[in-house]
Amino acid sequence: MFAPVRHVLPLTTIRRERLLAGAGRVVARKGQKLNAADVIAEAESSPDYLLLDVARGLGVAKNRADTYMQVKSGDEVVEGDLIAGPVGSFKRVVRTPRTGRVAAVGGGQVFLKLATTPFELRAGFPGIVVELVSERGAVIETTGALVQGVWGNGRIDCGLLSVLAKAPGEPLLPGNLDVGLRGSVVLAGHCAAREALAAAAELSLRGLILASLAAALIPTAQQVSFPVIVVEGFGELEMNPAAYQLLSTNEKREVALNAEPWDRFHGQRPEIIIPLPAPGELPTPREAAVFEADQQVRILRMPHAGKLGRLVEVSPAPTLLSNGLEARAGVVRLENGENVLLPLANLEVQE
Amino acid sequence: MATSIVAADSVLAIDVGEVTTRAILFDVVDGHYRFIAGGAAPTTVNAPYNDIWEGIRDAIDHLQAVTGRVLVGSDEQLITPSRLDGSGVDKLAATFSAGKPLRVIAAGLLGDVSLQSACRLATTTYSQVVESIGLNDRRKVEERVRVIQSLNPDLILIAGGTDGGASQAVHKLIEPIGLACYFTPEARRPELLFTGNEAISGEVRNTLERTGAIHIAPNVRPTLESEHIDAAHETLADLFQRIRGRQIPGVIELDQRAEGGLLPTASATGRVVRFLSQIYGANKGVMSVDVGASSTSLAAAVSGELALGVYPQFGLGASLAELLQHCPLEDVTRWLHCDIPAAYVQDYLQNKALYPSSLPATEEDLDIEQALARQMMRLSLRQFRTLGGPVGRTVDSGMVTGLEPVLALGSVLTQAPKLAESMLMLLDGLQPTGVTTFVLDQNHLIPGLGAAAASNPILAVQVLESGALLNLGTVISPVGNARYGTPILRVRMTVAGGHEARLEVKYGSLIVLPLPVGQSAQLQLRPLQRFDVGMGGGGRGGSLRVTGGALGLIIDARGRPLQLSKDPARRREMIKRWIKLLNG
Repeated sequence: MFAPVRHVLPLTTIRRERLLAGAGRVVARKGQKLNAADVIAEAESSPDYLLLDVARGLGVAKNRADTYMQVKSGDEVVEGDLIAGPVGSFKRVVRTPRTGRVAAVGGGQVFLKLATTPFELRAGFPGIVVELVSERGAVIETTGALVQGVWGNGRIDCGLLSVLAKAPGEPLLPGNLDVGLRGSVVLAGHCAAREALAAAAELSLRGLILASLAAALIPTAQQVSFPVIVVEGFGELEMNPAAYQLLSTNEKREVALNAEPWDRFHGQRPEIIIPLPAPGELPTPREAAVFEADQQVRILRMPHAGKLGRLVEVSPAPTLLSNGLEARAGVVRLENGENVLLPLANLEVQE
Repeated sequence: MATSIVAADSVLAIDVGEVTTRAILFDVVDGHYRFIAGGAAPTTVNAPYNDIWEGIRDAIDHLQAVTGRVLVGSDEQLITPSRLDGSGVDKLAATFSAGKPLRVIAAGLLGDVSLQSACRLATTTYSQVVESIGLNDRRKVEERVRVIQSLNPDLILIAGGTDGGASQAVHKLIEPIGLACYFTPEARRPELLFTGNEAISGEVRNTLERTGAIHIAPNVRPTLESEHIDAAHETLADLFQRIRGRQIPGVIELDQRAEGGLLPTASATGRVVRFLSQIYGANKGVMSVDVGASSTSLAAAVSGELALGVYPQFGLGASLAELLQHCPLEDVTRWLHCDIPAAYVQDYLQNKALYPSSLPATEEDLDIEQALARQMMRLSLRQFRTLGGPVGRTVDSGMVTGLEPVLALGSVLTQAPKLAESMLMLLDGLQPTGVTTFVLDQNHLIPGLGAAAASNPILAVQVLESGALLNLGTVISPVGNARYGTPILRVRMTVAGGHEARLEVKYGSLIVLPLPVGQSAQLQLRPLQRFDVGMGGGGRGGSLRVTGGALGLIIDARGRPLQLSKDPARRREMIKRWIKLLNG
């Protein structure tokens, strides 16, 4: 059975395709060294339009107005530029009140596409541009540690890592956050206090890594100006030991947080990347696997949600679970040595 | 030389769901079509696979392992037609529901007429109406153009104008749509479906064909008084596949292998429901309910007239993250029989949305999952009743009336550990009135039968008659007002062979009468207190023949709409008691 794979790796090659949703302009160059917040491509963000009723402006019939046009489709115009006219003894004209590009002309009307601030696609993590994708973006590569999360609030930033959680499940309380953390990326445990997120916002953090978050706080986490990444899930879950150890042993290192929401179709997950030099060429981690014995797995659902274990056995046929459901299942040896039977659908390979 | 080994064709039905891909084999046994076996595998729409054929191959491998029949050749290709050695299949039927719902903009002239019809048409497939544009829209043309472009729709549905009616207004309506499409790069232009005034469909095509792919369907609102969603649905279903074909690798190939017969899963199910309603005649309607990861869908048909409602916002997968935008959390927790903190349930919704294919592995999580299934059916029924017409009236007031049988699909309903749990979810979620029979499609056969029916209707008939679906039981649900504990119905059940049982049903009770599968009985119903048992009005009784089901005959006198106790502890006890009662 196919197994989803999640990465918690101390040193690997990280290669990511960063693409605009549609065609745009690529500003990155091949071989360019990038920071997480650097722009690699731009696209027109949803444009504003302005309809100019030229016929009315000139005081002529629609079909006649077209003969007085001074612009054609595709022309760039600046505020005050002549659009149509002059007409009659008073030399009536129509000028554009805004800067933009003529999108369409006809029927006595001019449709202007107004100049807007372009959407900027950022690198998301520091690395080197190894490939350009025409009109869409680039492939960026780096080496370092990688921890993939399950939820992100859509923001991107980087900073020095401060370890606030002294244990993988320590709750984040408002009193734990002091000014010494200003401008850093904070590693915390479980967050169920709205006030803690408010305190973090006041400190102008560069990022917040949480083991888990109370679902009721999602709207608050979405509003803060820095990236928030949840590593395990919602509720009161400890960070899995592998992820906690990897992150906590990299205190004071530069970490990049790409808290883009999990996009299953494109395979983009919220990610924490700690750039590190590699001794030689490292392969990129595999993205797909099939469940088999001896794999390290992370448990997705209760009981044991968030815990790591090793798959001891995969049942060949559907198995009866303790609650009466039947499903493809496997025996997982937890880190405390206990063997538990769990549906394969509730496991992901962690490597 | 490959030749067919039987006169009739064997059929492999593939259903690509949001979470699971199924391969189901039908073949001829002793001169009749039968369901042979099914295989399943995780769907591989998403990364890193991004190709549905990985999951299809795995599901077929599973099916091969179960049946021992070779379906795939050494070249990794499906063997068609079947060969003398018994390998391969003759036909492929396919259905599809995976992927994010289509982003639809609905446009119509009047908000409560054609625009409403366009929105209703959108609900007949896996779509989400992200914006509505009416003639009375006060936004400037340029603002409407901006909105259309920024929403990046997959499809724009345009309705408006009764046949031979308004034309100028329709042209005004489509102006910003045409401009928005014209200004959008060709690769990202939405499909356009005009389903308005048929007299001007040629003009509309001429106006819009330079700006996008325009399709024409029969008018959904040929007159102010009549609405014909059904006729346009077929074109919409075709468009769904066309759009999915562009978005998801492997869909076009699946459609080709199915000889162009790939259908949205809900449409294929609807086809079976319509077909059964034609067989049963005018006296009975037929319904299906499918609670799945991608959506909850309802189909109901009376005398061949079908109403279909697909609600991606009420699926048990990724859409759970937004469920609380549609109902308060208490509407979910009211159905729980375990004492579970509300915050845990709220976290559960988000965690399940993160991992739609994960399963409840504890009693508490299973309880939440089943509570969600009830609530999804309640929410979907609320939307479905707005369809109006003879079918819409069958779900008036959020209760299901005069529909028999009700076919249940979706693993939360069909794979529950106990049949009593399946039954109670259906009773609470649909709250039927009068006489209803619930049937479980435990092997998810109905969509495949619907897809195959276009070329092989006999297959659907014979498989449905073969007992491949599980008759859960017939339910009598009296409706009326009385105090708790008041006698409201007298029942006399005479089982074939002469054994007779009599009982008096009290308001608030849930009763199970043993009537095994295959056995039939004559029921005499005598309502009291002017209660309605669906035999012609309040207080009217009569006689009817019922056949046994896995749970027997059930009398649900808990009241309609079902009123749950406001005291959580008492409510949980009641639900536990009902499950225990149904368990026998």
